[in-house]
Amino acid sequence: MSPDFLNFIETVLNGLMTGVMYSLVALGFVLIFKASGIFNFAQGVMALFAALTLVGLQTGQVPFAHLINAVLGTDVHNWGPGLPTVLAILLTMAVMILLAYIVEKVVLKHLVNQEPIILFMATIGLAYFLEGFGDLMWGADVKALNVGLPTGGSFWWEDVTRGWASEGSEYFGMYIDTLDVSAAIIALILVIALTVFSQYTATGRALRAVADDHQAALSVGISLRGIWVIVWSISGFVALVAGIMWGAKSGVQFSLSLIALKALPVLILGGFTSIPGAIVGGLIIGVGEKLAEAYVGPLVGGAVENWFAYMVALAFLLFRPQGLYGEKIIERI
Amino acid sequence: MKLSKMAIVTAMAAMVGSTPALADLVFPSMSYRTGPYAAGGIPFADGYADYFTLLNERDGGINGVKANVIECETAYNTQKGVECYESTKGEGALLYQPLSTGITYQLIPKATADGIPVHSMGYGRTSAANGKIFSHVFNYPGTYWDAASIIVNHILEENGGDVKGKKIALVYHNSAYGKEPIRTLEELAKKHGFELTLVPVDHPGQEQKSQWLQIRRERPDYVLMWGWGVMNQVAIKEAANIRFPMENFIGVWWSASENDVLPAGEGANGYKAVTFHGVGSDFPVFDDLKKHVIDAGKAAGAGDQVGTVLYNRGLYAAMLAAEAARTAQAMHDTKDLTPAQMRDGMEALKIDAARLEALGLPGFGPEINVTCENHGGPGLGAIQQWNAADGKWVLINDFGPADRAVIDPLIMEDSKAFAAENNIPERCN
Repeated sequence: MSPDFLNFIETVLNGLMTGVMYSLVALGFVLIFKASGIFNFAQGVMALFAALTLVGLQTGQVPFAHLINAVLGTDVHNWGPGLPTVLAILLTMAVMILLAYIVEKVVLKHLVNQEPIILFMATIGLAYFLEGFGDLMWGADVKALNVGLPTGGSFWWEDVTRGWASEGSEYFGMYIDTLDVSAAIIALILVIALTVFSQYTATGRALRAVADDHQAALSVGISLRGIWVIVWSISGFVALVAGIMWGAKSGVQFSLSLIALKALPVLILGGFTSIPGAIVGGLIIGVGEKLAEAYVGPLVGGAVENWFAYMVALAFLLFRPQGLYGEKIIERI
Repeated sequence: MKLSKMAIVTAMAAMVGSTPALADLVFPSMSYRTGPYAAGGIPFADGYADYFTLLNERDGGINGVKANVIECETAYNTQKGVECYESTKGEGALLYQPLSTGITYQLIPKATADGIPVHSMGYGRTSAANGKIFSHVFNYPGTYWDAASIIVNHILEENGGDVKGKKIALVYHNSAYGKEPIRTLEELAKKHGFELTLVPVDHPGQEQKSQWLQIRRERPDYVLMWGWGVMNQVAIKEAANIRFPMENFIGVWWSASENDVLPAGEGANGYKAVTFHGVGSDFPVFDDLKKHVIDAGKAAGAGDQVGTVLYNRGLYAAMLAAEAARTAQAMHDTKDLTPAQMRDGMEALKIDAARLEALGLPGFGPEINVTCENHGGPGLGAIQQWNAADGKWVLINDFGPADRAVIDPLIMEDSKAFAAENNIPERCN
């Protein structure tokens, strides 16, 4: 094969892997929107908060250390060497469940039956609060995150693919980031687990009932508030996974909340209510933007992938306003 | 006894009454302790505040007048930065350090009209180095164009003075800031015969797979970086992932803090960057800081940033401001300064090796000699390299010059175009 063709395959492959990373963020949005009709503006900040908490627990950081030191005149920073990764992940999950409970108790409970835009505005407030709270709790410095996942280009894949190039051509082998491969495997497990949960468990069925029709679900005795806590907890778990994957790439820092911007075109394309839509949408956006950057970018000075993703999503809207897998809404007047 | 006490009190009151009251010297700090760039803003703001606290605590201020640092949060947002300027300029502000190229561009006409000097140290509009056009803007000790040239000089040095046919890629933040070095690098490419490839990264730079796949395919000999915030960390990590030789990856001074290299772990070992000030805390001033500020519980932050690259930069900026204030006090024979006098002090600032030593910062920066014509300072820089095993930056050469033959005409061209657009007459004649 010619190196140009192999480069094309490499671009597609890396686009797919990047798309999986976008899907991880989009999944959190879909879960909450599906169950409650809320577009959760705070999803990106939840990923940041989860990752901050995980690193804090892993490294034995004292929460609110800066505040404690300022008020009490102490000089505490760490309580010990930190927790093993698995325990830290479990405890972070517990923190995210607690957060879901507080969000329901303090914010959502008071906004039942309000217009969607009111709920959306509430999540904007929640995002800003959570960002400030995370800063106060764990500090604003960039933190290295290591949960033991492999990182860096795969030597094996490079060696295998080097032989695919035509003889005599200068080809260095195909690049694939092992962290992206881990992310793809984890995303696959996550989607299977979410599908099994929603199809084969009573709570999952209750979730789907609430998603289909709030009033009908209430009339058969399903607790809307309980479901909201569950769905925000699951979304918190997805945020933790996204936070780990993105945090492992860039370090855990406050820019992490901006990954939400990467999920928007995925949601527009895949639909706000479909888990498979979030995955397929992510893959299409990932491949689309990488191909655009590689082949259109050089013609127009580069840096086209950000707006190209939105352009693809908007073009898609012209033909399927509900997104690839979204529910078609027909309102009769 | 009662009478003598009363006499003392009366005498003291008379003494106080007979001495004119000195106002504080006000130095606003346009900091960003919140938002996506807080990790870079906090150490700089801490260093800036702590140096003035040191002067106040150890020396009783600058020539006996206390420095007052008014901090205003910009969140690295241009609009908020302008609001900070408007809300603090009435407090007697002597000097603004906008700490953002976007805010600097907004403040250039405003501050010039208000007669308040702006010091954009190593950022902002490069051609503001021409003091004949930009009366109130200073960017000593170096500019982005100096940085680009100093990096190319380092590459020349490594290649025995010949880089003909070499490939150099610039990975840059796709913004006015990131595009700053392009013109200089294009001129240097013509002069030295290297091939320049431009690789833009859109804000914020969290995803750079396309850019690093391109670099991996094109195999440039060197990669330069003009990044900020998360873009730096991701770029360094991606470079390590594709196993690009890190000693051939060189960043500008805003891509060179501990924050940028630590997330990549061992992979960042050998990464280089240009700098205009020293690294680490092995300078006598840090002993004084520990004694009078940190241990005394008067530090601006948690005290855990001391000696980091961005803390040192904030400290250096404060030192340059304090020295300019001293110069202004001497020039105008007054301790109480106005912004106009402060501007004069900045324009006459001279810091030699002996002065740096006296300040407890021997060799910390290049010698500085600001003039009416040259607000950009000496334009000297050194190369620092990250040692991942020790977790610290090391200076690997001395402060060296930029290629003035290339840079000065570019500064003239750009500043004269600005003067023509804005009808600004030349000064210093």
